[in-house]
Amino acid sequence: MENVIKIKDLTVRFYTYEGVVYAIDDLDLDIRQGETLGIVGETGSGKTMTALAILRLIPHPGKIESGSIVFFDKRLGRELELLKLREDRMRSIRGNKISMVFQEPGSALNPVYTIGDQISEVFLLHRRQELASRARQQLDSLLSDGKGPATSMKKPFWRWQSRLYSKIAQDSNLLEPRLLGRLPLFRRLLWRLKHEAKLLTVDMLKDVEIPDAARVATQYPHQMSGGMKQRAVIAMALACSPDLLIADEPTTSLDVTIQAQMLELFRRIKVDKGASVLFITHNLGVAAEVCDRVAVMYAGRLCEVAAVEELFLHPLHPYTKALLEAVPMPGKELQTIPGVLADSFNPPPGCRFHPRCPSAMPICRQERAKLKEVSKDHMVACHLY
Amino acid sequence: MTDWKFIARQLVKNPLSLAGIVLITLFVIIAIFAPLIAPTPEGQGNPYLIPREGYGATPQPPREDYPFGTTQGQYDIFYGCIWGTRSAFQIALVVIAIVVLIGIALGSLAGYFGGILDEVIMRITDVFLAFPALILAMAIVAALGPSLRSVMIALCAVWWPSYARLIRGDILQIREEDYVEASRGLGASSRRVIIRHVLPNAIYPTLIMASLDIGAVVLSAAALSFLGLGAPEGYADWGQMTQFARNWIVGPIGDPFRYWYAVIIPGMFILFFVLGWNLLGDAFRDIFDPKLARR
Repeated sequence: MENVIKIKDLTVRFYTYEGVVYAIDDLDLDIRQGETLGIVGETGSGKTMTALAILRLIPHPGKIESGSIVFFDKRLGRELELLKLREDRMRSIRGNKISMVFQEPGSALNPVYTIGDQISEVFLLHRRQELASRARQQLDSLLSDGKGPATSMKKPFWRWQSRLYSKIAQDSNLLEPRLLGRLPLFRRLLWRLKHEAKLLTVDMLKDVEIPDAARVATQYPHQMSGGMKQRAVIAMALACSPDLLIADEPTTSLDVTIQAQMLELFRRIKVDKGASVLFITHNLGVAAEVCDRVAVMYAGRLCEVAAVEELFLHPLHPYTKALLEAVPMPGKELQTIPGVLADSFNPPPGCRFHPRCPSAMPICRQERAKLKEVSKDHMVACHLY
Repeated sequence: MTDWKFIARQLVKNPLSLAGIVLITLFVIIAIFAPLIAPTPEGQGNPYLIPREGYGATPQPPREDYPFGTTQGQYDIFYGCIWGTRSAFQIALVVIAIVVLIGIALGSLAGYFGGILDEVIMRITDVFLAFPALILAMAIVAALGPSLRSVMIALCAVWWPSYARLIRGDILQIREEDYVEASRGLGASSRRVIIRHVLPNAIYPTLIMASLDIGAVVLSAAALSFLGLGAPEGYADWGQMTQFARNWIVGPIGDPFRYWYAVIIPGMFILFFVLGWNLLGDAFRDIFDPKLARR
């Protein structure tokens, strides 16, 4: 099976007034078909930037300097180089084939629209043709079994609408429907698209185990609890059955019981939809719970990538070891990692972890360790190995 | 729809905002029914020209046929005030609509895209803001030739920069929100993000400022008319009515209030119009204040 995402030599830099920030430095990472890959690391280690780079949404002073991100499109059956795609092609991938769940469910929803409006927007953006053909079927059944004087009055009108919808179903970019969609009164004609999107939305909300989905769809974000909002956000990301779901610390702002429910939901989604998941977290417990493989990042570089049991049982990189030591456990004194995260304006030369590393050698100061495979599927970037 | 009920309830609850509503409703009724309240004399083409009784310079007190008296040049004060309401609404609404549109367009471009575009647009607004507003407006009216349309153009020219700035500021704040990022992550285009996700969250301060400014626009237009840079002589316009009264603010020695009707009555119309919009604007500000708990 092809990998969903192949990242090669990705470098992202931020050109700020204070200087250049090396956010991501020569990152190589693959996400396999159907797996959950976790990225763990401290705040500022470049986890979120990796996710945003895949979607090409790096915020303003940042730039993707070099590298390649290859996305395998299951539906097209071929590979796409995301960094070279035109902006409009990229838009048709975002939210459709690759989608993202943000950290803070409260602020990821627009306060002025209902949940239903926001989720159906995704359908309206990416599933116009499907919506149109559903609307046409609806109209055809109205036309065929409609009786009485009122319906015969409406029939020519319905026929016209039906023709319009079948045009959209063939090609959503035709001039006529696009023009009508812009004109104030005529855009009402396309209400059936919105209606169909609403129906799909309610199904989607049921899918993420929201009780009373039809009512929730008419609610505003401020009327819902944190867990419900996160479910809605996940529903929005999953609306178009993406090949890759990026989850950026989706459980960090939730309380522990809700976290457990969310992790369960993520596991189920992966099985149901066959999506690959890129799961970003700084919580090692969460990573152990949901991930198949885990990648550890430090200061914009990859330290270690391994299957989840392997990583937790046989950590190799000193940073991974230190991270695992820093997990609070009853009956054990908490170990912290000495020092602070590498300064991103002036990263230390050589291995970026060497000033904090207990087993640093002279070579660590001069040369960067390459990522090498020490055992099967276990890669580490350290001079010790 | 509960939102509309909420707004309506809040508006009626506060006596000051209720007063604002009553005043504005009154003026709307006057403007709509102007032809019935002050019928245009037969044979006169343009209803906005104030009928006059002779050419005498001294204002004449209220009497039959002229309930508010006649002002300098024997123009009918009652007719001028009633039809002047229409002019006032026309100036205020047109100017505010244009100014808000320009402000939204330029402000959201500058705020959302930032960079060079932001610099260029904001430096242009700085240039406009650098001139004293009334003096710039006078210069524009003088250059275009005094007329009601020139007044509107001049007011638009001096008024839009503050709106562009206000909207830019709000958009700068909103565009950093997660849901804006999220909607881009869902594949929405920049235009869609601005119109659907950024503007609806950034527009309230602008709408409040617009409702407060409707009164201010009428005041400024009146100021220009008072300086003789407004509508042509005899056109129904409150500013012009006050201009006619300029020489009669103080009466002859021993009877300083002799010509009160020429000064006070048009002044009252302007005062209550502006007061009404200010009260209404304050009420809107209270309603849209997010800190105010709903339900």
